[in-house]
Amino acid sequence: MDLSAINPILLVASLMVAATPILLAAVGELVAEKAGVLNLGVEGMMITGAICGFAIAVETGSPVMGFLAAAIGGALLSLIFGVLTQYLLSNQVATGLALTLFGLGFSSLIGQGYIGIKPPSTEKLDIPLLSDIPVLGPILFNHDLMVYVALALVAAVWAVLKFTRTGLILRAVGENHDAAHALGYKVVRVRLLAIMFGGGCAGLGGAYLSLIRVPQWTEGMTAGAGWIALAIVVFGSWRAGRVLLGAYLFGGVTVLQLNLQAAGMAIPVEYLSMSPYLITIAVLVIMSADKSRAALSAPACLGRVFHASS
Amino acid sequence: MKRRTILTGAIAALGLATGAALADGHAKTKVGFVYVGPVGDGGWTYEHDQGRLAVEAEFHDKVETIYQESVPEGSDAERVITQMALSGADIIFTTSFGYMDPTNAVAAKFPNVKFEHATGYKRNTPNVSTYSARFYEGRAVQGHIAGKMTKTNKIGYIASFPIPEVIRGINAAYIHAKKVNPDVEFSVVWAYTWFDPAKEADAATALIEQGADVILQHTDSTAPLAAAEKAGGVIGFGQASDMAEYSPSPRVSSIIDNWAPYYIARVKAVMDGTWESVDTWDGIAPGMVKIGEITDAVPADVKAEALAMRDQMAAGTYHPFTGPLKKQDGSDWLADGEVADDGTLAGMNFYVEGLTGDIPN
Repeated sequence: MDLSAINPILLVASLMVAATPILLAAVGELVAEKAGVLNLGVEGMMITGAICGFAIAVETGSPVMGFLAAAIGGALLSLIFGVLTQYLLSNQVATGLALTLFGLGFSSLIGQGYIGIKPPSTEKLDIPLLSDIPVLGPILFNHDLMVYVALALVAAVWAVLKFTRTGLILRAVGENHDAAHALGYKVVRVRLLAIMFGGGCAGLGGAYLSLIRVPQWTEGMTAGAGWIALAIVVFGSWRAGRVLLGAYLFGGVTVLQLNLQAAGMAIPVEYLSMSPYLITIAVLVIMSADKSRAALSAPACLGRVFHASS
Repeated sequence: MKRRTILTGAIAALGLATGAALADGHAKTKVGFVYVGPVGDGGWTYEHDQGRLAVEAEFHDKVETIYQESVPEGSDAERVITQMALSGADIIFTTSFGYMDPTNAVAAKFPNVKFEHATGYKRNTPNVSTYSARFYEGRAVQGHIAGKMTKTNKIGYIASFPIPEVIRGINAAYIHAKKVNPDVEFSVVWAYTWFDPAKEADAATALIEQGADVILQHTDSTAPLAAAEKAGGVIGFGQASDMAEYSPSPRVSSIIDNWAPYYIARVKAVMDGTWESVDTWDGIAPGMVKIGEITDAVPADVKAEALAMRDQMAAGTYHPFTGPLKKQDGSDWLADGEVADDGTLAGMNFYVEGLTGDIPN
């Protein structure tokens, strides 16, 4: 075993890349859940975004168009969920699960003609001066644009939820939809927008996988990333900062376990492969172990059906 | 109980029907293929599908081919193979190691259907054949190029499952890399999949970050080559198929599986009624394994040496596992000039001396 072969700088840099898809999906789901909607369809929206982004990027030759299409694709798929749960008052858990199954099947249908194709490559942003700083340069200033978009989104979501009137309305809808309705806020409209934001973010996360991280299209390529994003939102007690931490932790352990394997670590491969899931969940559970506070942080109307007449 | 009797009756009737149709030579011969990945994987399954298309081109309207993609190894495979046999296939090719037990289980129930299992070793009933290619001959060529080309002396190897075929490949590549470069080191990552581009890309990236500048892969997608291209200054090889879209670099050469001649011969045997259970293991000489074009990214002298080795193996004058060789634990395996026998190679479950790390169970 030769642990010195693991370069910590490169490790942190690739951790950020590995965490980005989950981070994008999780921050979108955070907004939806803050508005009181439990959308279990993250996995389905991610994979739909992955194929929409891939197909459009291949057809137009532009990764930017691909990412736009991925966000639109994810948002459109989530709109199905929105209409079903907000207007037709269907059960959110069942509808979300159905959305995941639908998304997986739908994406492999569209993806039939795109297996084995090479997508246009996305350039890394090589910020002149900054990326030459030792240690910090390669970690912080030598990524593709989407890594920064994801970070900016987390910061924006945090700021909007905490400081703005929009954030207050969104939280009010999630905490007590009857009261928000009595105050004259359009509960259904707010929730629909939150659902579509969540779908768009999940789509971006999926496209990050198919266009940058892998980059290739295969059926079922999200491989459970959507479920991890969901878990991170819950165990991160609905806070943007902890969601970021959870995503980076998961990405970090994923990258580290492969590096340990490559360095010849004497731990059985099976344990290493399950370690990202175990460690991420364990750390977040311990952090939110204080029961009284954890109960407070969950939006009170999460997953409950709202109808204006009731 | 009654339902089962009816089902057995139906199967027997179907078996009789196909047998009869074949005997009078009018009906089409139905050929089934079970694939582990999608036909568009650009690697292993792609080449098997090329073989299927060659069968169609050879026999035109005398054959009908059917296939099923992305069939998981294990009990799901048994269901798919049974379905194929029930639908009237005369011969079924199951093209992954993990289909070994399902193939034999289904074969026992359909004595009139011929089964051909790729890369396995079990032939429990007389209607099962096995076939494989001596990929390790191609691995030897890759190892030679890798040993000559590496500047960091670190070679990354993305392995799939710890089965003899994969271990043979690692050993063959290592022996020949070591021969031309005594300082060379191998890092092996076990991906536990034949086809998962995300996992393969991650594994390749981790190996490259640890200084590997040559990546060998025993998984079927082009994702490791994409990762090598992204990293820059790293070379790799096409696996199972040419993967020429990544040439001249990072893909500097490839191992190409050429199944078409075998598939045509076996289908012909079914048509003529001369089919027998056999165990085929062909290499470079009969053309089942081909070395893809070595690009100009490889210096001319290295290329010439690699081609010379290929020709020697084709002529039968050189065997990649020629002594003196020791096992990883230092015990003797082959004496000077001794050549490994096929039995040991088929069941290979040990590393040769110099490789680090353990083979997972």
